[in-house]
Amino acid sequence: MLNVLKIALRNLARFGRRTLLTSTLITLGIVSVLLFIAVAGSFKAMMISQFTDAVLGHLEVHRKGYVASIDTLPLNLNMKPAAVERVEQALKKLDAVEAYSTRVKIGAMFSNFTETTSIRINGIDPQAEVATTPMLPGRIVGGSKQGPVLKRGEILIPQLLERGMNVKVGDTIVLVATNRDGSVNGKTFTVRGIVESVTGPSGRDGYIQIDDARELLRMKEAEVSEIAIRLKNPAQLDQVYAQLSKELTGTTTKGGNAGTAATANQSGSAGTAGAASKGGDGGGGLEVHTWADLSPFASLARMIDLLTLFIKIMLVSIVLVSIMNVMVMAVYERIREIGTIAAIGTPPRKILSLFLAEGLLLGVGGTALGTAIALAAIYALNIWKLTFDFGQQHGLVLSPAIRAADVVIVAVLVVIMALLASLQPAWKASRMDPVTALGHV
Amino acid sequence: MSLIRAEQLVKTYRAGEVDVPAVKGVEFTIDVKSFVAFVGPSGSGKTTLLNMIGCLDHPTSGKLSVLDTDVGSLNRRAAANFRGLHIGFVFQEFNLIPVLTVYENIEYPLIMVQDWPAEKRRKQIMRLLESVNMSEQANKRPDQISGGQKQRVAVARALATDPQLVLADEPTANLDHDTAYRIIELMKKMRDELGTTFVFSTHDPKIMGEAEVIFTLDDGRLHANAGNKEAIHA
Repeated sequence: MLNVLKIALRNLARFGRRTLLTSTLITLGIVSVLLFIAVAGSFKAMMISQFTDAVLGHLEVHRKGYVASIDTLPLNLNMKPAAVERVEQALKKLDAVEAYSTRVKIGAMFSNFTETTSIRINGIDPQAEVATTPMLPGRIVGGSKQGPVLKRGEILIPQLLERGMNVKVGDTIVLVATNRDGSVNGKTFTVRGIVESVTGPSGRDGYIQIDDARELLRMKEAEVSEIAIRLKNPAQLDQVYAQLSKELTGTTTKGGNAGTAATANQSGSAGTAGAASKGGDGGGGLEVHTWADLSPFASLARMIDLLTLFIKIMLVSIVLVSIMNVMVMAVYERIREIGTIAAIGTPPRKILSLFLAEGLLLGVGGTALGTAIALAAIYALNIWKLTFDFGQQHGLVLSPAIRAADVVIVAVLVVIMALLASLQPAWKASRMDPVTALGHV
Repeated sequence: MSLIRAEQLVKTYRAGEVDVPAVKGVEFTIDVKSFVAFVGPSGSGKTTLLNMIGCLDHPTSGKLSVLDTDVGSLNRRAAANFRGLHIGFVFQEFNLIPVLTVYENIEYPLIMVQDWPAEKRRKQIMRLLESVNMSEQANKRPDQISGGQKQRVAVARALATDPQLVLADEPTANLDHDTAYRIIELMKKMRDELGTTFVFSTHDPKIMGEAEVIFTLDDGRLHANAGNKEAIHA
């Protein structure tokens, strides 16, 4: 085998310019694909974390039907204390859960005493919320950064209302909400800070303490609209989702994957598991949702994965066509030589292996060089620290990274393609009639 | 003792709709350790005959026996195997592998056709290099040596696996007369040293005289006095 490789290597060197051109093409293809995977994966991971770390958490639990009616924030679909306790007990049993936050969501009217507008209020436990969505403090652009993000009687208002209603930090405002019985209640709050929206300037989400929310709604019980969950390792999302779904709903049915290849550690399965109540959760079952099920960005993540796949297919085509072209030429130019080695008794399988080895070496050489350059470029990009803006987030640092598995998959794919592309010309060479080949001019 | 025996050997090629006979019912016997030339003008069937003896081509009819094997019945793989074991080839245009050195060209059949152990291989190559007087050129590539030297290397390569038979198709056609003569002398010397049967084709009258047995081919048929050197030179 070593001799076959030696001869193949020398034949490649013999047609140096052509070998150089082909291997350069393969190298460039590999560099492009690996860089794309790394950058797109980094972008995707960063974007996903913008949602999971700022708002959604990795998983959320709701009462069945709540998400379907989430536009109206239905108070009659809140979870009762018994259901909340059941969820909390289930979460405490899961080592993979880092933190969770109970929320009460309210559709309310916001008044600065001269104007009134609508607002979506999240009643939160500040400590639990920050533990679950650690980017929340970073989204607060105005007001004091000292102490907890919220105290009783304080409100974080969205930028939209700050600008539209001309409300400043320290101002007093009134929230008016209708409770589930239909009675209207109001409560004054002091503006603690201004919170950036993750999705853009149109966001209308504000934050108050959960006890204030319950007081505003005159809740008799400690009801909860949703429980957001943060995992220690996002890569365990599918596993925790399945465990939690089984525990809470008795099923692990999923709706489909939102993202896979580029950033598995940040990918999420767009799934919903729901079933009849096991009792005490407010007359309906519970539902477990992944972030992907709740965020429109999941389809963008899927598009990134599709793009990555498309780029991989392009690379495979480039390798296939270029190596096949080179090997067809190699066979055509060496017909007499093939006739000679066949005449002196070289078995057809060895002639086949000689040409396969040339294709293999081209593939391996191009892949090795391409991988080295791509990894160096990824390293350089991480040192260079490219920044970009996304939504309301500015100066996000691009940190391209690639999993070893992705490098191996691309490399193996290219080498296999190189072998496949060489197969037809090599087969032709091995089947050549020695007399015809020796007589070739 | 005969090494090659041909009986009513016929080879016909198909050219479009027309059958073109290349060899027309020839019969001959070649003995072990002989030094034989097939002579005749271009198109007389010399190369076709050598190709059939070398298991590179099949007879259309008749029987051809080489080393007591009916080579006409060998399939592609068996024919390659037979060639690798028993026959060496020398070509008109030398046909050395350009990416290999002189040493490696001689080594090629010992690695790719047979599987000789390294030390035995080295000894054989050094012995052959010395025999063909190419020891000092061992590390040169074919494009760094002359035509005569290339053909000496080709002879050494043909003898590398210790075959019983070496077939040389117009081995001197691309060489000047002196060099051609030296190649024929080298082949004869190797026959004397190793006992290998040499069969070559030529249309050069000066070279054919060096053969011990001459078969004259004309339009696919053997001349009546084939094998009788004296008759040809009379």
